[in-house]
Amino acid sequence: MSVSTPKERRIILKHADDPNYSNRIGCYLREGGYENLKKAFSMQPGEVGEEVLKSGVRGRGGAGFPAGMKWKFLDRKSGKPIYLICNADESEPGTFKDRQIMYKDPHQLIEGMMITAFAIGAKQAFIYIRAEFHEGARILERAISEAKKAGFCGNNILDSEYSCDLVVHRGAGAYICGEETGLIESLEGKRPNPRIKPPYFPAVLGLYQCPTIVNNVETLCNVRHIIGMGGEEFSKIGKPNNTGTRIWCVSGQVMKPGYYEFECGSLTLGQLIFDVCGGLRPGRSLKAVIPGGSSAKVLRADERFSGTLKDGTEFDWGLEDIPLDFDGPMAAGSMSGSGGIIVMDDTVDIVEAMANVNAFYAHESCGQCTPCREGSLWMRKISQRMCSGGAREEDADLLLSVAKQIEGRTICAFGEAAAWPTQSFVTKFKEDFIRKATDSPKERDPKSLQLI
Amino acid sequence: MIAPDNKEMVNITLNGIEVEVPNGINAVEAAALHGKEVPHYCYHPKLSVAGNCRMCLVEMGTPMRDRASGEPILDEDGTPKIGWVPKPVIGCATNITPGMHLRTESDLVNECREGIMEFLLVNHPLDCPICDQAGECRLQEFATDYGRGYSRYVERKNVKPKRTRLGPRVTLDDERCILCSRCIRFSQEVAKDDVLGFVDRGSFSTLTCFPGKELANNYSLNTVDICPVGALTSTDFRFKMRVWFLKESKSVCTESSAGCNTLVSSREGTIQRITPRRNDQVNDTWMTDSGRELYKLVKAKSRIRRPSFQGSDLPLDDAISQAFEALKNKKIGVVASCHSSLEEQFLIKRLVEETGAKVFIRGHFGEDDGILLSADRTPNLRGALVAGLTNHYPSDHLNDLNESLADGHVEALLVIGEDLKDSGVNEDNLRKVPLVFLGTHQNSTSDCAEVVLPGLTVFEKSGSLINRSFFLQSFDQAIPCPAGLMTDFKILARLIDLFSEDSIAPSELDQIWEALSSSENSVLKGITFLKIKKGAIQLDESKWEHLSFVEKEALHYLPTGVIAS
Repeated sequence: MSVSTPKERRIILKHADDPNYSNRIGCYLREGGYENLKKAFSMQPGEVGEEVLKSGVRGRGGAGFPAGMKWKFLDRKSGKPIYLICNADESEPGTFKDRQIMYKDPHQLIEGMMITAFAIGAKQAFIYIRAEFHEGARILERAISEAKKAGFCGNNILDSEYSCDLVVHRGAGAYICGEETGLIESLEGKRPNPRIKPPYFPAVLGLYQCPTIVNNVETLCNVRHIIGMGGEEFSKIGKPNNTGTRIWCVSGQVMKPGYYEFECGSLTLGQLIFDVCGGLRPGRSLKAVIPGGSSAKVLRADERFSGTLKDGTEFDWGLEDIPLDFDGPMAAGSMSGSGGIIVMDDTVDIVEAMANVNAFYAHESCGQCTPCREGSLWMRKISQRMCSGGAREEDADLLLSVAKQIEGRTICAFGEAAAWPTQSFVTKFKEDFIRKATDSPKERDPKSLQLI
Repeated sequence: MIAPDNKEMVNITLNGIEVEVPNGINAVEAAALHGKEVPHYCYHPKLSVAGNCRMCLVEMGTPMRDRASGEPILDEDGTPKIGWVPKPVIGCATNITPGMHLRTESDLVNECREGIMEFLLVNHPLDCPICDQAGECRLQEFATDYGRGYSRYVERKNVKPKRTRLGPRVTLDDERCILCSRCIRFSQEVAKDDVLGFVDRGSFSTLTCFPGKELANNYSLNTVDICPVGALTSTDFRFKMRVWFLKESKSVCTESSAGCNTLVSSREGTIQRITPRRNDQVNDTWMTDSGRELYKLVKAKSRIRRPSFQGSDLPLDDAISQAFEALKNKKIGVVASCHSSLEEQFLIKRLVEETGAKVFIRGHFGEDDGILLSADRTPNLRGALVAGLTNHYPSDHLNDLNESLADGHVEALLVIGEDLKDSGVNEDNLRKVPLVFLGTHQNSTSDCAEVVLPGLTVFEKSGSLINRSFFLQSFDQAIPCPAGLMTDFKILARLIDLFSEDSIAPSELDQIWEALSSSENSVLKGITFLKIKKGAIQLDESKWEHLSFVEKEALHYLPTGVIAS
């Protein structure tokens, strides 16, 4: 490990891998659990919101929208009940951070949620957990009942006469349920078709047409720590506009894949891959990295990224120089998204990699709006054909054109999520796509992995 | 339904030209008001906004304002700077605000439309040559107007079922479905029979009925009408006729007093289908399934096609003379009908005045569905009131006629279409007197008649009807009548002429309306038939407010005494 690489700073995952720590309430209380809830309850709800706003904490679900700001949009004049939903439908390929939190330290989430519910005035809160987390749902349910028994959740929290019920709702296995309005539809018992915005902004017309806040698991956990250390103090972690820590989920061809929590902006992509994760396998070289879950645009190993940051500083980075925070990958033309970093070395067939991503989005498109429904399947069919010996030279441009016809024209951000990978793969690795048409055998090697 | 009912006009800039539109309506409607088509599939003016087809993407911008001062930001040339939304927005869910800028004809908009059209067609079977929708298909129209004109798609198309039975009257061709969800929203919001939904996802999404349910409500065929493509087809009309051969005539549904506006489509004198015609005050764009079946009466077995006297056919002129012979110099009873047009009812009233006959009139009642099938199952009960045939609300029996027949107060009877069986009239009493029947279909009463005069169905004649809301509406002749027959009011006029020595009864629509509208006290004063043809006319109903009409609150109808919420 090189000298300059900083150490992990675990705030959210502090106890995640502690052998003397379990997901039961006893361990949590031993380590100071629910103290911050008590602190929050001694404040005014508005003050809690102010602290979160001050902390500058940005949403950890993918879009990176400031959480405190989101709460401000809440329609409090309507007189309708306010709902809080925790988005635990972690399904972005390459992302596995929320799972660690829920499985290993569920009370942290409950405490964060109760503080949030108190701040926004919600009387009912939900954890919408993806179907595949069977175990996680059970752990959360047990944790909630423990918290209820101890008076940290449910009726009359901490004898304050403030009550907020919390239930776990299990999804049914659809990626689109991670989109907040799709999630709300699903929670209402319908098909998770994302809603049109306007008029259905969750903060105004959310669950059951009532004002609703939907936050990611990691975001809500951060709320707990913000109250603990104070918004001011929290904002000193990381960098301005990129406060707090982030959990990076590294997968792909590195020696030590896994989750790593660092202060925002404290290390570069290169340090993470080559130092923290132990580098690539022997004899391999880096080909590409997807920095924020499969819907983020792929970055090419030999690319140069230059421009001016928001604060006016100029930058000229190679792939390895990209700072790991919200703004770094964004400046490089991609995004940090949900923190799922997928590393690809030179053994990867880039067209097959894209075919894999396309297959995922074609399978997960809800089918509500035309561009995403038809475009994602079309892209999948093209890329599968290309990998099966039927590639044509014009396919690269066709893929780009189809992707362009999806991007920005759909109901929800799934359109971009499906279009961006294709756009970036084809643009940045065009020679691989042309080679598929010119040099590849006309049939797929029967020994190669089956396409999904 | 997102647009508020608001008449306040505001200025917007549409494709660079300042125009005036009602505040709050959506961009699709606003553009249409000024002759700019914004193509759309899922948007329907009478349903909620789904925003899923993405065909109506337009560019939208609003004048920029300084955040601190609220002052408009000006361009270098002094005009307000427009903040264009970076992505195209859907017109159907974009409500007009004052000063809004819209572009419906830009390069980006055209590119969006090309893209959406291409996407909609990649998995579309393109079986137009055998598709019933061909000729009135939005996919065809917009592909021609906004599509690329060639295909870049070389992959295999998705295959889906071609003939799924959704209900007794609706058949689904899944491959053609563009998943716009109009039918689902219609079932939920208008028919209030939530039975349709999508299963599976992505491009494999398929419209289906919920398990154990079927699309069997009396409004199911409206889903066929609003289907922008050939996915939902009418089982009755399927594969029968190319729509471009159809002649369309404006008509009014005679099923009940709701008075749905309809289009009767026929070819070479044969009606092929009936579809609703939009009228925002009466039926929006809907009608019942049962109302669509009525055209089958034209060619029904029981249809009376020939005049007859004592069971043998004879020319119509002779039959009218025989009718006069049967009725003259007797105390006549006339059983008038709420199925007759206003013009016919007017002439019956004339006949009654001329002969001193006694009028009997019967109502026909059923369940009110609260939408477009009203409890009054006749189309023109209010016409009978307006024509002065009765001052009372008709009841569902004719007991007083039975008495009059029994005690000899009625010695001869003219029945207009009515079947007196089950009306309280004893058949023996009926057989005591000479009976003249003027009607379209054979029934137990026509069987007793000495003279049978064939009437015409609503599709074979023109006239007007007054619906439950006192809207006076006209219907046009859609098909020619059977050979040798003539329209009911002409028969009535001839009959009147035989009774009357010194005057000639009006026997043309214009003449009838001249008479109808000339009376000082009439609610019809000043109305001409041409005016009715131009649009429904709301009549003053105050004269009949005291009557207890049977209709319940329904689509665009509030019973008297109910205050609109």
